[in-house]
Amino acid sequence: MLQYFARRLMVAIPSLLGISVVLFTVLALAPGDPFEELATNPAIPPEVRENLRTQFGLDDPVHIRYLRWLLAMLQGDWGYSFVSRVNVDDLILQRLPTTILIIGSSQILALLIALPVGIMAARRPYSVFDQVANTLAFIGFSLPTFFTGLLLILLFSIALDWLPFVYRADIDATGWRWWWEHLRQSIMPVLVLGLFQGAALTRFVRSAMLDVIRLDYVTTARSKGLPERTVINRHVVRNALIPVVTLMALQVPAVFGGAIVTEQIFRVPGIGSLLISAVLANDTPVIMAVTFVLSVLVVLCNLLADIIYGWLDPRISYR
Amino acid sequence: MAGSTLASATDSPAAPAPPRDARALRSTPAREAWRRFRKHKLAMASCAVLGIIILGVLLGPLVWTVPIDEIDFTARLEPPSLRHPFGTDDLGQDLLARMLYGGRISLAVGFAAMAVAIVVGILIGAVAGISRGSVDAALMWLTDLFLSLPELPLLLLIIYLFRDGLKDVLGAELSVFVLIVLVIGGFRWMQVARLVRAQFFSLREKEFVEAARALGASTPRVVKRHILPNSLGPVIVAATIDVAAAIIAESTLSFLGLGFPPDIPTWGRLLFDAKDNLDFAPHWALIPGAAIFLTVLSINFIGDGLRDALDPRRVL
Repeated sequence: MLQYFARRLMVAIPSLLGISVVLFTVLALAPGDPFEELATNPAIPPEVRENLRTQFGLDDPVHIRYLRWLLAMLQGDWGYSFVSRVNVDDLILQRLPTTILIIGSSQILALLIALPVGIMAARRPYSVFDQVANTLAFIGFSLPTFFTGLLLILLFSIALDWLPFVYRADIDATGWRWWWEHLRQSIMPVLVLGLFQGAALTRFVRSAMLDVIRLDYVTTARSKGLPERTVINRHVVRNALIPVVTLMALQVPAVFGGAIVTEQIFRVPGIGSLLISAVLANDTPVIMAVTFVLSVLVVLCNLLADIIYGWLDPRISYR
Repeated sequence: MAGSTLASATDSPAAPAPPRDARALRSTPAREAWRRFRKHKLAMASCAVLGIIILGVLLGPLVWTVPIDEIDFTARLEPPSLRHPFGTDDLGQDLLARMLYGGRISLAVGFAAMAVAIVVGILIGAVAGISRGSVDAALMWLTDLFLSLPELPLLLLIIYLFRDGLKDVLGAELSVFVLIVLVIGGFRWMQVARLVRAQFFSLREKEFVEAARALGASTPRVVKRHILPNSLGPVIVAATIDVAAAIIAESTLSFLGLGFPPDIPTWGRLLFDAKDNLDFAPHWALIPGAAIFLTVLSINFIGDGLRDALDPRRVL
């Protein structure tokens, strides 16, 4: 197991390096020069500009610049935001918990929908229940998150006036009321993300169940007289859920995309809305850092999924 | 075998028509696939819906000739009526005309980005599938790397960094179109590459490929004439799904206000403009949202029908 873990880690580190290369390449290829303004300013002699360029190492070969950038990123020296004049790492640490909370609860909601529905659907494939569930799943992942968000606002905030549609970080209440207000304002963002994920997951669960349900050992379990419930719950589901772990990890980039949109709609003060406002305000250090953090999180989620997979299915870790 | 359909679909029209005995129609793989596809009722209905949408955005502007930017302050935020079948926005611009115009762009982005993704995916998958060893390993590492890149943040980053630079070269509208298509396509090829590679792995060991080799066919010829056409079945399914994903990606960018410039009303852009007027003009948001939803849903159903029709490995 330890050896398996080390091997997975050896795969994750090159991916992280690869991502950093991609990010750096994008940044390096982008048109525009930080000293462009100086170039067009006649009051600054060209020699001064050249000196500045040498001082900041802009004329060094590209691999040297990459190494220097990577070292700075690794040491947590991510620069400071042009707009809010705060260190980028502080800004991100401040925003990250909200995002993780919203994404985490929506994933739990997605699982709560997908597991029972997918299992029920696979027990009787092509039954009425299966067909209805399948159609609803298609509708679920064909509805873009930004449209679901607007529909929910229209329904719950404007027509019914039950839920607030702006997420507030500073609620001036204490005790139970504080929790209650937080719960109320989180419902819609979590619902938007959870329904979208749940729809996709339902189909994964169903097809994973169908792959397992026809195996010989299931027939054996049935023929030795086990009740259907035991066969499904103890024998089929446990094995069917193993590949679902990997599929969930593959969905993580899409989840982050959905989270960015959702945070923007409901003004959730998370890392996604930070990214959008940074793009609108031309705040390059923040944009780079948020993209980097999200990429790292994706790789970490994949690593986590691999480890869970190896733990659930010991055959994998011995290979 | 997966996708044998297509190889023969191309030569079936040239074949002489078989004698039309009662019910003795020759059963070609293409006809088989069509028979299976027809059984998927939702896919058939989706074909009709998508056909109507495509015809609508292509021919609609010829029939409905109201300009997209005619400002009329006497008719602001009007709900749907006979004069404005989809209502108007906050400047009194006719939403039907804007929807038809925006639909052209949204659909064009979807199909063009799909084409980019397919070309890149087939190229990488084919090279990886035909060359064993380190080339294959490197390309698959690249594919996995791209799979773990967060798409939307990178789209935002790239569009933010490159938009102004390209504008000088190509002009505002075209540059954004090219940029969005290339970037969305550039983040969607991985699935296709994996599918093609897997197909190549199984097909290149088959007898007919060996026979072609034994007859002296070169590797490019074997790939072009024998392996690639037979591996296209799953690729077509993935391509269909990619169109839907690309339309969503473009709408998302426009919805965040970072896609096409404000004077080009794509469906996502209409939603972006509408979202602050939800309480007194819900039609403004509902119509473009429903259009995106219907298009994406029908494309996804068509993809599902094609999977049933083209993928013999399907479950049950």
